[in-house]
Amino acid sequence: MKLKIKKGIPLIDQHDKNFMYGGKFGGNFIPETLKKPIDDLTKLFSKLRKDQKFLKERDYHFKNYVGAPTPFIKLENLTDHLRGAQIYAKVVSEANGGAHKIYNATVHCLIAKKAGKKFIVGDTGAGYAGKMLSMAAKKFGLKCKIFMGAKDIKRQRPNVEAMRKNGAKIVPVTTGSQTLVDAVSECMRYWVANCDTTHMCVGSTVGPNIFVKICAWSTAQISRELFKQVKEEFGKIPSKMKLLNCVGGGSSAMGFWNEFMDTDAEFIGIEAGGPKNSKLHAAPLTNGSKIGILHGAAQYVIQDKEGQIGSTESISAGLDYPGISPLHCFLKDTKRARYTSASDEDALNAYKLVSKLENISPSLEPSHAFAEAIKLAIKLKSSDVIIVNSCGDSLKDKDIIKQKLGSYIR
Amino acid sequence: MRSSIALTFEKCKKEKRPALITYTVAGDNTQNNSLKILNKISKHADILELGFPHNTPIADGGQIQGSSYRALNNGLKLKDVFQIVKRFKRKNPDKPLILMGYYNLIYQSGENNFLRKCKTSGVDGCIIVDLPHPENKKFAAKCKKKSMNFIQLISPTTPFDRMKKIIKDSHDMVYYISMLSTTGGKLKVSPKNILKNYFKIKRINPKKNIVIGFGITDKTISALKSANGLVVGSMLCKSITNSLKMRQNPVTKLDKVVYNLKKKIL
Ligand SMILES: Cc1ncc(COP(=O)(O)O)c(C=O)c1O
Repeated sequence: MKLKIKKGIPLIDQHDKNFMYGGKFGGNFIPETLKKPIDDLTKLFSKLRKDQKFLKERDYHFKNYVGAPTPFIKLENLTDHLRGAQIYAKVVSEANGGAHKIYNATVHCLIAKKAGKKFIVGDTGAGYAGKMLSMAAKKFGLKCKIFMGAKDIKRQRPNVEAMRKNGAKIVPVTTGSQTLVDAVSECMRYWVANCDTTHMCVGSTVGPNIFVKICAWSTAQISRELFKQVKEEFGKIPSKMKLLNCVGGGSSAMGFWNEFMDTDAEFIGIEAGGPKNSKLHAAPLTNGSKIGILHGAAQYVIQDKEGQIGSTESISAGLDYPGISPLHCFLKDTKRARYTSASDEDALNAYKLVSKLENISPSLEPSHAFAEAIKLAIKLKSSDVIIVNSCGDSLKDKDIIKQKLGSYIR
Repeated sequence: MRSSIALTFEKCKKEKRPALITYTVAGDNTQNNSLKILNKISKHADILELGFPHNTPIADGGQIQGSSYRALNNGLKLKDVFQIVKRFKRKNPDKPLILMGYYNLIYQSGENNFLRKCKTSGVDGCIIVDLPHPENKKFAAKCKKKSMNFIQLISPTTPFDRMKKIIKDSHDMVYYISMLSTTGGKLKVSPKNILKNYFKIKRINPKKNIVIGFGITDKTISALKSANGLVVGSMLCKSITNSLKMRQNPVTKLDKVVYNLKKKIL
């Protein structure tokens, strides 16, 4: 059966009655205890999506709290340096808190309030999802708990400090690889035991279907803004335009691409290839991983033959995840998007070049996308347009960069 | 033909006591020991649940996670789980054994292949933690066709209408989760309230065998003995952990623990 994307219908709604995309990705592989809370949340969200008052509220906070629109800029120096395609950046790192995770966090807090919940919990890898949830929770008067792998707590200190300042309780997760995958598991376990009083926010477009939906619906703000900005810049949507985005769970990429779904824009997702010459990576789409179940959803996932989830490695904590959003699996199989990976070293070099030449300094996650942009740009002509989602700021990676490159520039 | 699970519940009813159901993880702490444990505790327990471990268990607490990691670190594979079952059933053909685990392992081995192996090794039923109703209907039907029990779960969050549907589609045993918790949590609801919920479900179809699990230990088991069956899992995993810590033999330790549990419900 050939999978196809339907035009004119939001991608998040293109699932069957079992919440599966293309009949094989997503769904709700959850313990019985979560059936009802997920059902309730699904009903609430589908109501709120149609509620003009709620949409107004969301837009108000996106404008005044998150800061919309985030800048869309041409990277003149990088373009001149590479002498190929024109390179642009959507500087999502200018959003309040410094990354796209603020959209999902804000919407989840608004929903938690509507649901009458007083507590909110979330997972985090790079620490942005946790930082933003702690910020939004504070703003909206919710008590917040963040699950974070012990390894990530060590390597993403600035964001950990921000969470503490916002009054969130950070729960270090010491099981498994002590990274994002374990943080999400532990957060889900906590929710199983506390779903009567607590709202859960999943930090990316992963997990049971409703969390995929809410997250992609929230980050779609990025492409709503970009669509207008591109039209203003070029007078139309350029015919040869590539939208490059790093993918961990895939929330920033979904948000970056959503409004362009029915256009000719080319989508390229960049996964974490891990250290050069290492067998470990976090690139299930690039490396042809098989479909499996992780965190309640069917997806391409790094695993062994038996179905035990595999270990991953990446210099960027935000991309260091064995699975990938069911939406991206669907985009891959329908060939609407293509996926490739960049190594740790490629990402570091890209960070360095962009930070040296431009006024922006991408964190290690978007640096993976910049690595691919640099590689592609030199092969293309000036009639080609590359736009990179610069969805995080390098400040949080200062320690890692210093250790790897000897110095940190921004 | 009645299943050995159904026969076991009948026997327990005649003896006016709940069935004692144990949960241990295959390969914990070694493959040999987990088989020896099954052989020993089957003298006291009525039904044995055997976990096939997964390394990303989203509904298990610390104790069962610990047991799972121990087994997986020893290199346990699904084929070893079936070997353990086969060797156990050779000695104890009438003792019901239920496999419990997460769907991804079944998905990877293929539903039909998995069920074939269940059948040839002598598995009597399975519980799949993350394959809820109604998504589990297809797999449950496959189980039924192979005369294997598919055990449905009901939780305190399950709405009444949904309970009725689940009960209707259930086989010889239904599992009621006592409280909102992962496995191994402290019993945060009083046995009285658990039983109140329990009998609400029971009244939907009094003929169904409904067991209670999650948070049950030697301290709480006797207060719940009006149920059809009671599952003790994390307490056993914890006992293995403790006996390893104290350099005791986990096999004799578990034998004692399960013997004591049984005494409390007679
Ligand atoms: C800056 C940044 N970019 C990207 C990601 C990856 O997440 P996603 O793929 O959901 O955008 C993260 C995750 O923490 C992040 O912090």
